[in-house]
Amino acid sequence: MAIVQEMGRMLIFLLSTFGWMARPPFRIFQAVKQLHFIGFKSTFVIVLTAGFTGMVLGLQGYYTLRKYGSDAALGAAVALSIIRELGPVLASLMVTARAGSAMTAEIGIMRITEQIDALDTMAVNPLQFLIAPKVVASLIGVPLLVALFDVVGIYGGYVVGVDLLNVNSGVYWNSVETAVEWKDVYGGIWKSISFGLIISWVCCYKGYHTKMSAEGLGAATTEAVVLSSVMILVWDYFLTSVLL
Amino acid sequence: MIKLVDIRKSFGKQQVLRGVTLEIPKGKLTTIIGQSGSGKSVLLKHMIGLLQPDQGEVWVDGVEISRMQGRALNDVRRKFAMLFQGAALFDSMDVYDNVAFPLREKLRISEPEVKRRVDEKLDQVGLARMGHKFPAELSGGMKKRAGLARALVMEPEIILFDEPTTGLDPLLANSIHELILAMHRMFGFTAIMVSHEIPEVFAISDWIAMLHEGIIVAMEPSAEFQRLSDPTIREFISVGGNAEVKR
Repeated sequence: MAIVQEMGRMLIFLLSTFGWMARPPFRIFQAVKQLHFIGFKSTFVIVLTAGFTGMVLGLQGYYTLRKYGSDAALGAAVALSIIRELGPVLASLMVTARAGSAMTAEIGIMRITEQIDALDTMAVNPLQFLIAPKVVASLIGVPLLVALFDVVGIYGGYVVGVDLLNVNSGVYWNSVETAVEWKDVYGGIWKSISFGLIISWVCCYKGYHTKMSAEGLGAATTEAVVLSSVMILVWDYFLTSVLL
Repeated sequence: MIKLVDIRKSFGKQQVLRGVTLEIPKGKLTTIIGQSGSGKSVLLKHMIGLLQPDQGEVWVDGVEISRMQGRALNDVRRKFAMLFQGAALFDSMDVYDNVAFPLREKLRISEPEVKRRVDEKLDQVGLARMGHKFPAELSGGMKKRAGLARALVMEPEIILFDEPTTGLDPLLANSIHELILAMHRMFGFTAIMVSHEIPEVFAISDWIAMLHEGIIVAMEPSAEFQRLSDPTIREFISVGGNAEVKR
């Protein structure tokens, strides 16, 4: 019963945020600031994760495919794995760990130190001022980061496959071009948008409803990261089953 | 005028307010005293709609606000400002932007006019030329002064003070009390302060109300309150507001 109530509260929180998002004043400056934090400041960790993911895929893919004499399909294996699954999922998990946890902590501290109450007393809606810009920034930022992940990941596979394992460069790119269809790219975009929503929704909700103690804030941050990550993986399965 | 009628509020199984009825006189400085944890801050938050009572009514200038939400509640809140225990300054903004925040959010005035008003208020609370500092760089007393400047800048009709001297040494606490009194005399707003700073609050308050075990046990003009013979009040006054501490 408590879980159902919590889910109901989360849904009302999300719908209220969308409601306030649609009303003026539109918090464009705050949204850009959040986009800088969620998007730009995550680029290093995304590039690092994507590069090594692509390189590992290149390595594993090459030796697996070579057993069947199909090492020419390395580009296709790397690109499809990354664009369809690993890009959206891994990039979103990294954003959850880096930016999602920070969102929860920031909003939680504002709750504990009564800064959110102060907004209320000044007749400024906290959902509109604090939460909506983070949701908008996540909806824009996560797909961009996923796109970056995809590009860097495919290049990571190229470095290992072509530069280290002597797969022909033209064969690698031709394989990528032949295998990847627009529907794969669209699928990745839809996934990344929905994952961006999950991250901002869960992390902001947990921070907004944190208990009024340092221990409560720690618990809220942990819950936010775990719940976001699990929801991303579960939603990924359902979305994949629809998109395939 | 603010009027509370039979306010009851529980958190889980703990009943904090058990039927508070209280009328706050307009334009006066009323202090609500009571032991730590007696529900004074909870009561204050009901007056501005930050908390909703389980039962009872909250009237502000003839409008019942206890069930209000959204825009209607925001319209009522425009009459209010609040100074929180920890000042509740936005830690991502410097003092200037904190004080300017309600002006930029709620009034369509030019930036030079914002600057004029903010500088004026910072000067009045003794923080002239401190606008560039961030809350983390301020002492406890300076934070309260900045919070007070932010509360005053919209020139509200009603200001709520939630234990404005908590965590300050006696000299600083005294200076904050003097500042509140000076601002109250200067601007004539209705002030409602929650405090257990006895006997200091008697000197600055027009009215004193005492919250004990979830109800208001007395509300009298300051001078008369000090002469009340009720044993609970006498004990609270005699030990300087720390009635729960036995030495």
